[in-house]
Amino acid sequence: MARNLEDLKYKTSFGKTVLTLIFGVLSVIYIFPIVIVFYNSFKTNDAINTDTFALPRTDTFVGLDNFVKGMTFGNYPFLKSVFYSIVITVLSVLLILLFCSMAAWYLARVDSKFCRFVYYLCVFSMVVPFQMVMFTLAKTADSFFIPLNTPWTIPVIYLGFGAGLAIFMFVGFVKSIPLEIEEAAMMDGCNTLRIYFQVVMPMLKPTLISVGVLQTMWIWNDYLLPYLVLDRTKYMTIPIHIQYLKGSYGSVDLGATMAMIMISIIPIIIFYITCQKYIIKGVAAGAVKG
Amino acid sequence: MTDKKEACAEGESKENLIRQKRNKKQVISGSTVLSKTYSKWFAVFLLPTLIAFTIGFVWPFLRGLYLSFCKFVTTSDAEWVWFDNYVTAFKDASFRYSFFYTALFAIVSLLAINIIAFAVAYALTRGIKGSNLFRTVFFMPNLIGGIVLGYIWSLIFDGILSRFGTSILLDTKYGFLGLLVLMCWQQIGYMMIIYIAGLQNVPEDLIEAAKIDGASGKKILRKIIIPSVMPSITICTFLTLTNSFKLFDQNLALNGGQPFIFQGETVIKTTEMLALNIYNTFYLNVNYRGVGQAKAVLFFVLVAAIGLIQLRATRSKEVQQ
Repeated sequence: MARNLEDLKYKTSFGKTVLTLIFGVLSVIYIFPIVIVFYNSFKTNDAINTDTFALPRTDTFVGLDNFVKGMTFGNYPFLKSVFYSIVITVLSVLLILLFCSMAAWYLARVDSKFCRFVYYLCVFSMVVPFQMVMFTLAKTADSFFIPLNTPWTIPVIYLGFGAGLAIFMFVGFVKSIPLEIEEAAMMDGCNTLRIYFQVVMPMLKPTLISVGVLQTMWIWNDYLLPYLVLDRTKYMTIPIHIQYLKGSYGSVDLGATMAMIMISIIPIIIFYITCQKYIIKGVAAGAVKG
Repeated sequence: MTDKKEACAEGESKENLIRQKRNKKQVISGSTVLSKTYSKWFAVFLLPTLIAFTIGFVWPFLRGLYLSFCKFVTTSDAEWVWFDNYVTAFKDASFRYSFFYTALFAIVSLLAINIIAFAVAYALTRGIKGSNLFRTVFFMPNLIGGIVLGYIWSLIFDGILSRFGTSILLDTKYGFLGLLVLMCWQQIGYMMIIYIAGLQNVPEDLIEAAKIDGASGKKILRKIIIPSVMPSITICTFLTLTNSFKLFDQNLALNGGQPFIFQGETVIKTTEMLALNIYNTFYLNVNYRGVGQAKAVLFFVLVAAIGLIQLRATRSKEVQQ
């Protein structure tokens, strides 16, 4: 009996080791596409085309040439795109976190037909694909009395189009907070603003992280909305710039494109590795509520 | 005297009743005191989001709905034409083609992504060494945007296919498979995270009890684990299905709909999905903007209907805990 049990233990631990090995190999295969782009960004254009999978050799290695070329390729400095991407993402996410959490709290606490209507409208907006509104949204952004086609004003559109998911998630969480806490705060003489910012908002922290992660992933990588809304002669974001490098030129400079792809991926990977605990938790929590 | 007393008691009990009713109402609708105090703060709390929501969603949506019945080049010269745009959209062979292509892609990717993601999540919750590291690696592609993903994979596929003298832009079959591999690479990690969260909620004692009763591993998986992770399955299938239908960036960057086939006057882009088809209708020929908007309305109805039907179908299989 004892022997059997040991056998079983040995068997399962053996099985686990095999699984670990298999997943180890799979993980290496999984990150391989990024590794290929990485070493191709140091190769000549010809070498990328003819022998994609070979490592750079002395005759095909060009050092940082591709990176230097890519920075100014197509008469638009790449770092400018990086800057606008950061501006748009940071401003939009901050706006969404602040205003949508406030709006959601109001919708969850105030009992009126209007509030219920707005809430259902938000839920409804989540199933509407972007193609449905893209043309009219771009026109509205151009003709609004403050032009919304600059990186400094486009966050207003992101606030509007991202409000559905954010409000849905915030309302779900606010409803689980007992009313007694706010009633007690009110008895103690807190006004509404203080109740929200000093009592409710600190409790919303897990949902704030969750919404923040999901919206950051969406806005940072979004291509079509800024492409249609922004005044493209003046402003580009990273995805627009990469599409521009690859798409609208007769002769594509593959080396420069690979280098710019690498530059756009490296900050994401660093950000991911440093905050992965929050990112993974945020995604899991966000999904469970949806 | 007794009458008076009774009347008095009656009155009291009536008052009590009213009070009770009021209390009940308070319990049902949350705190009415809070509700009343907060509602004065409409302009601070709700108005900013409401304005942005109107600019970013409500107005463009209603205007889009209206324009789908109009012939227009810019929004100011709209001319009401009833259902002409819808008729043209249905007659458009490339639109019908891209509908079936998208549906096929959605079904295949739904199965592939969910089966693999579930298997990986199941294996990673068995307590093997390095689970966290593997989870980190598998999730990573999710943070890379669609355009960049498309170019990464077009480099790889062309690197492979050029050895056989072809390219991803030349063959519909490779275009389909390529997009499938890309989507799996991107989404498996995300779905895996959701499945892991679901699997961690499976009651451990239930599995123990089943094991003691002599249930096989397969049976435990089928009768206990899958029913308890049904909420995760609902979410993941919903997300993969709507993601595939709404797919745009990856499609544009990987092959942009190539290769093309000419059928009389219409060009069929054989790997063009619905979202890209709508985009091209809008921006390649300005005279077809009304048709593009009509296609977009049909697309919206389709996505919303699929989402609702699918949610209903899988929700009904969820177990109450």
